[in-house]
Formats: sequence, C-alpha cells, structure tokens
Amino acid sequence: MRRLTDLLYPAITLLVVIVAWHVLVVQLEVPAYILPTPYSVAQALYAGFADGTIWRHIGYTVWATAIGFFIGSVLALILGALLAESAVFEQFVYPLLVGIQAIPKVALAPLILVWFGFGIASKVVLVVLICFFPLFVNTIVGIKRVDPDLIDASRAFYASRWYVFRYVKIPSAAGDIFAGLQIGISLALIGTVVGELVSSEAGLGYLIGASAVNLNISMMFAGVVLLAVIGVAATQLIRWLHRRIVFWESSGASDSRTVV
Amino acid sequence: MVGSSERLDAVPRQLASPAGLALRDLGVVYRTRSGTIEALRDVTFDIRPGEFVSLLGPSGCGKSTLLKIVAGLIAASSGAVRLDGREVHGPSEQIGVAFQKPTLFPWRTVLGNVLMPADTLGWDLKRAEGRARELLALVGLDAFAGNYPNELSGGMQQRVGLARMLLRDPALLLMDEPFAALDAMTREALTLELQRIWMKDRKSVLFITHSIQEAVFLSDRVLVMSARPGRIIEDFVIDLPRPRSLDTMTMPEFSDACRLLRRHFLE
Repeated sequence: MRRLTDLLYPAITLLVVIVAWHVLVVQLEVPAYILPTPYSVAQALYAGFADGTIWRHIGYTVWATAIGFFIGSVLALILGALLAESAVFEQFVYPLLVGIQAIPKVALAPLILVWFGFGIASKVVLVVLICFFPLFVNTIVGIKRVDPDLIDASRAFYASRWYVFRYVKIPSAAGDIFAGLQIGISLALIGTVVGELVSSEAGLGYLIGASAVNLNISMMFAGVVLLAVIGVAATQLIRWLHRRIVFWESSGASDSRTVV
Repeated sequence: MVGSSERLDAVPRQLASPAGLALRDLGVVYRTRSGTIEALRDVTFDIRPGEFVSLLGPSGCGKSTLLKIVAGLIAASSGAVRLDGREVHGPSEQIGVAFQKPTLFPWRTVLGNVLMPADTLGWDLKRAEGRARELLALVGLDAFAGNYPNELSGGMQQRVGLARMLLRDPALLLMDEPFAALDAMTREALTLELQRIWMKDRKSVLFITHSIQEAVFLSDRVLVMSARPGRIIEDFVIDLPRPRSLDTMTMPEFSDACRLLRRHFLE
C-alpha cells in the first residue's frame, strides 16, 4: 500500500515549480512567444479539450505507441527466447542484431516515413524498431542467468526441456523482462513523437510541430504536458503489472534494475 | 506441460520397493583450457535395497559430481551406474533428489513446489495433492502449504525439499549435503527427522556430507572418498542400533566410529 506522502510530496514540489514559473514569467515580463505562463498553457489545454480537437491527437499518439509497443515487445520476447535457447540461432543472428542495436533508430525516421507513408503505419514501425532492443536483450540476459541449480533440480525430477523453459526459465526471467518493458515503453513514446514531428497528419508530436510554426507556444507546452501524462501513466501501468506478476521479487529492486 | 490426465493412476498407491544401486569403475575427466582434470577415478560400490549409505569426503573431492551422475544429470566419462540392474543414462522416475540449496521455485507455493515432480510427468495434480499434503505433514509443514518459499526459514525450505524428494515415492533417494547450509541446531533437528522419515519405509539412500557425525548418525555404511581424483578409500559399517537418538552420540561406539573415520582427513 502506497503512503499518501509518496504522492503528496512530489505534488508539493510540482506546485512550487509551477508557481515559480508563473512568478518569473510575470516579473521578468517574458514575452508569450518565448515562454507562456502556466495559466495560458492550462487555457490552451482547456480550449483543446473544450472543442474536442485535442482528443484526436491524443488518440493517434496513444494508439501508435500502444500498437508499436505491443508488436515490438512480442517480437522481442519470441526472438529473445529463441536466441537464448538455440546456439545456432545465436551464432548466426546475435552479432547482426547487436550491430543494429548500435544504430540510433530515430535516424531511420525519415526513411521509414518514405517507405510506410505519413499515416500511422510509419509511426508503428518506428516504435517497433525502437522498443524492440531493450526487451530483446533483457529477455536473453534474463533467460541465460537462470539459477543452474534450479534447472538441475527440475531436470532431476524428469522435467522436459519445454518444462524447464516454460516453468523455470521464463518465470526466472520475468523480472528482467519487465525491466525491458519498462525501458521499452518510454522509448516507444519517443519513437511515436519523433515520427509525428518528422511528418504526420495527427498526433501530439504533430500538434507540437504545427504549433511551433504558428508560434503558439502555449499549445506546444500543452502537448508536452499531455505527453508527460501519457508517459507517466504507461510507466506506472507497467510497474504495477511488474509488482503483481513478479510478486516473489522484492519490490525495491524491481524498479531500478536496468540491464541495457 | 500440465494437464494431461491420462496418467491418473500413476500416483503410486503402494510403496515402491527400495532399489539397489551399483556403481562400477566410474570415472570422470573434465577438459579445461589448461588441460584435463580427473574428478573421479574407479569409483565402485553397491547400495543394497533399503540401505542408508553416506558418502563422506572433503570439499572438491567430486562427491557432488558423483551424485549428479547417479541422478542422470551429467554423464560419466567411463564406467556404469545401475539401478536395480538397469543402466542409468538420464534422470529416472525412480529417483528422488534433495540438494544443498533448497532449489524451490519462488513463484510457486510450498504445495506447488512439493507437487513439481508430479507436474513434470504430467500427473493429475489434484490426485497427487493428497500425497503432497501427507508429506508436508510428515515434515511438519502442513500449515504452510499455501505460503511462498521466501516466507519460510532456511530449515523449513529444506523440509519442503525433502517432501518434494519423496513425492513420487522413489525407490532411491539422493541427498547432496541437504543440511550443510543450516545452523547447527536446525541441522540436528532435521537429521533426527530424516532418520524418522527414512525408518518409516526404508528406502535406499545415498547421502552426501562432509560431516562425520552426521554420516555416522544416519548411516548403515559410510564410504570415505579421497581428495581429487575422488576414489573410495574406505567402506565402513556402522553397527549402532536404531532408532538412534541424541544419546547415541554419547555412546563409545559412536565416538570410536567418528575417530576412525576422522583419521582419513588428518593427513
């Protein structure tokens, strides 16, 4: 059970920052096309929700992120598990995948847009590429560092290779897998926004880009605030699932573990 | 895979009769980068059905390797292992194993862990559950069936391991220093408990330990293994009456046996 202060104290800090922001902008007479007041950001947000236009952008971004994250994660789990279990596959494929991992995937954004168009497909592909690797690597690491004594114990009781994989290795790797998902979800959102910034028809990245052209700084901030909310919500959802599913690991260690 | 129900009747109704074990000229040679290491040499001995035999040796003498070979987890370089006359080439349904570490699945309850040897064979877990609960009662953990291993002390976890070892009613029990990681008092209690469990249906046991007292207390015979390459250098019969109790440890025969065994480790 989380204590109330866990939410209250950061909320106080946030409030202080917002008040300081407001006071500084007013006191230093910063022009609105450089930095708007928090109030005008809130107004822009309110206006967007009031006329309903902003929902389309939120929906577009969330949808592209979710679909891409799902496909990328499923691929990473399957390929990671295959690679961890198959020596041949590891020899032939692993070096290539490690090489690809070194490429900053966002650099591929323009190319992917050319190939997959300006619609949602290009964003999904970019997200798949970008969130694949952390989970892929974590799945392999997690499966490979299963306690060998646990495997011996199950084999001594006649466990098949499939049994060991499904009921020993996968649960053992669950903590690392969730750590990979955690990294993947934040990268996925970055992927979507980069795709939308480069070229799109909708989405929060598109909204921010379009507002920049019009010097609508308040709306740009509104877009960033919404992305922050989506990012935090998605991360918390994964963290919650992690604690629920991998209940046997101490909750303290689970959050901070990053293998890549 | 779980769930196949064809083997409903596979849960043993009658106690399996204990099996005899025969090791013949067992040798193990490891190849490493710096050359070869001979872990075991010409290991030959028998365990008669129903006999409790301890294998006593210094750390690193290859006794755990020996146990893994009998359990079918690794292959010997030479020689043969026969269980009731049949050669062992892999894990056997007739063997139950307990390890130095509890090696429990942290994601399964105590009951789920005890049921693991039935689960791996695809037995109907509902049917096996009765036996699992009996065994948990036997090791004094019936109240903890629904707990998870990390909620248990080290001694309790080892008891779970003992119950798991017994689930399939195996004909041969292999134990690799199962109490070595426990504190002295827990260790003594579990040693007494193991004797009680063993006397109930007298299975054949190969018990690995580096504690002379533990070996003498529990065994019908104690085999002494040399430092690497591990060989059997003594086959010592313990003729103390059973059931043995803490008073047995004060008997002159007990200390004599301990003294005679100890001289192997003093060179």
